[in-house]
Amino acid sequence: MKITVSDTEHVAKLARLDLSEQEKKRYTQSLNDILGYMEVLNRVDTTGVEPTAHVLKLQNVFREDTIRPGLDKKLALDNAPEQENGCFKVPRIV
Amino acid sequence: MALIDLTAHELKDLLQKNKISSEELTREYLNRISILDEKIRAFVTVTGELALQQAGKIDQRRAAGEALGALAGIPMALKDNMCTRGVKTTCSSQILNNFIPPYDAAVTERLLTAGAVLVGKCNMDEFAMGSSTENSGFFKTKNPYDEKAVPGGSSGGSAAAVAASEAVYTLGSDTGGSIRQPAAFCGVVGLKPTYGVVSRYGLIAYASSLDQIGPLTKDITDCALVLNEIAGPDPRDSTSAPVEKPDYTSFLSNGIKGLRIGLPKEYMGEGIAPGVASCLKQAAAKLEELGAVCEETSLPHTEYAMPAYYIIATAEASSNLARYDGVRYGLRIQGGDIIDMFKKTRGAGFGTEVKRRIMLGTYALSTGYYEAYYLKALKVRTLVKDDFDRAFTKYDCLLTPTAPTTAFRFGEKSQDPLAMYLQDVCTIPINLAGVPALSLPFGLLQGLPVGIQLIGKAFGEGTLLRVGYALEQNSALTRPRPDRLGAM
Repeated sequence: MKITVSDTEHVAKLARLDLSEQEKKRYTQSLNDILGYMEVLNRVDTTGVEPTAHVLKLQNVFREDTIRPGLDKKLALDNAPEQENGCFKVPRIV
Repeated sequence: MALIDLTAHELKDLLQKNKISSEELTREYLNRISILDEKIRAFVTVTGELALQQAGKIDQRRAAGEALGALAGIPMALKDNMCTRGVKTTCSSQILNNFIPPYDAAVTERLLTAGAVLVGKCNMDEFAMGSSTENSGFFKTKNPYDEKAVPGGSSGGSAAAVAASEAVYTLGSDTGGSIRQPAAFCGVVGLKPTYGVVSRYGLIAYASSLDQIGPLTKDITDCALVLNEIAGPDPRDSTSAPVEKPDYTSFLSNGIKGLRIGLPKEYMGEGIAPGVASCLKQAAAKLEELGAVCEETSLPHTEYAMPAYYIIATAEASSNLARYDGVRYGLRIQGGDIIDMFKKTRGAGFGTEVKRRIMLGTYALSTGYYEAYYLKALKVRTLVKDDFDRAFTKYDCLLTPTAPTTAFRFGEKSQDPLAMYLQDVCTIPINLAGVPALSLPFGLLQGLPVGIQLIGKAFGEGTLLRVGYALEQNSALTRPRPDRLGAM
């Protein structure tokens, strides 16, 4: 399977990454090299093997549904590139 | 011996006997940083003023007769992906260059509560993605043993800081070897605890099912002391293991007579430098001399761990790093509309390797490829983990090299991502299995340290510390020193 520049553009769009023409070429090459290397996994028979998403035998960790102090609004906004009236400000969406 | 040569446990005694003050010690370290760090560049941020304030407070509390913890008053540093309230936390990325966290990570909180003195935040590969710290968005950190060699990565700054005595100990994070490989390259002790032993609350995430925080120290006793402070359950991290921590220092003097140690042959194959292999054999011989039984064993799925890891880690990263969008914190590059703003911000703010991994992970999770790549990798992960489970029915721990070579030179691998990824071939399987592993120095090759790795069963940190301690007490090879520093 060969990744083309147009596949790279599609993935970049999904990942919300603005790439230069040079980067598109570079990552097309990288994806081909690295995914090519990943092909060795096809040699492993995984029939009937359960996937491991994480190693702890923990499912749904619950806590009591009680009110706890959260992050102060001013602190939460302190790092915002732009804010207005106590909200994060972004360009027009609709 | 000069103050900066002492370990945390030695300094603890001096502080408790009032032979030195924390302020005096902290000034010594800050002075050392101001002289050395222009060359080593282990620090993104030095928190001199804050450190002196913290040290002053500890001295006052000690003078008032308060009982203080083992690490009280001792200067340390954190990798710059651990949140520090009011102190810039960058992940060595341009996208977080101006980020000042409004809260402390759990590890920060625990260490500061124990009276630790924070002298600074350490350089790293951007978002912990790399094996040489060359991927830092700011500058390169040098190996204290040789300024032409990399310190390893991604916790390169944390390892170099300890090796150069710019901090008594540091914390690093390890997703595929990022504590152990730099520890090996810089001749210090580095531990990746069992997944879930140390809270990840406030650790900037790379790959959440693999990331774990651990100490980088001058010796094994310090490793146990630091682990004592940072381990233990935390309700704010839902992957924190509900297991009470033992006193890790209690394992240090048990001796190793009769312990069974396996040497997996897959870790001694092609690609392992002959000098590294010979250090490993010497270590095994020393362990036998001390009463352990060493024998060859096999972890047959080892060669599949790396490709599985790079699918799993990048898939998780592509999701974790979606939050850097220029809305709530960090860099923002204005665009025509909001999507354009996201793309421009992320395109400009992330470095080459971070974008490469986001692309790879996004691809592996995208429609049509999820089963072929991601699900396949998760199944292979099960097989890798099963190998370890089987080995630990027979052995108390396993012994391998930490990295295939000693520290390589700047630029040697930075143009070839696959060559760089292969650096982690001995460390990655451990993260997939979630078990603990310790790297400790064992000898020098042409002036550069060699690291050996002890791998234990889940929550078996005590056994690793015990074996590491036995080696340390009985072999000078575990205590290299960067002689060249005088000249730097």
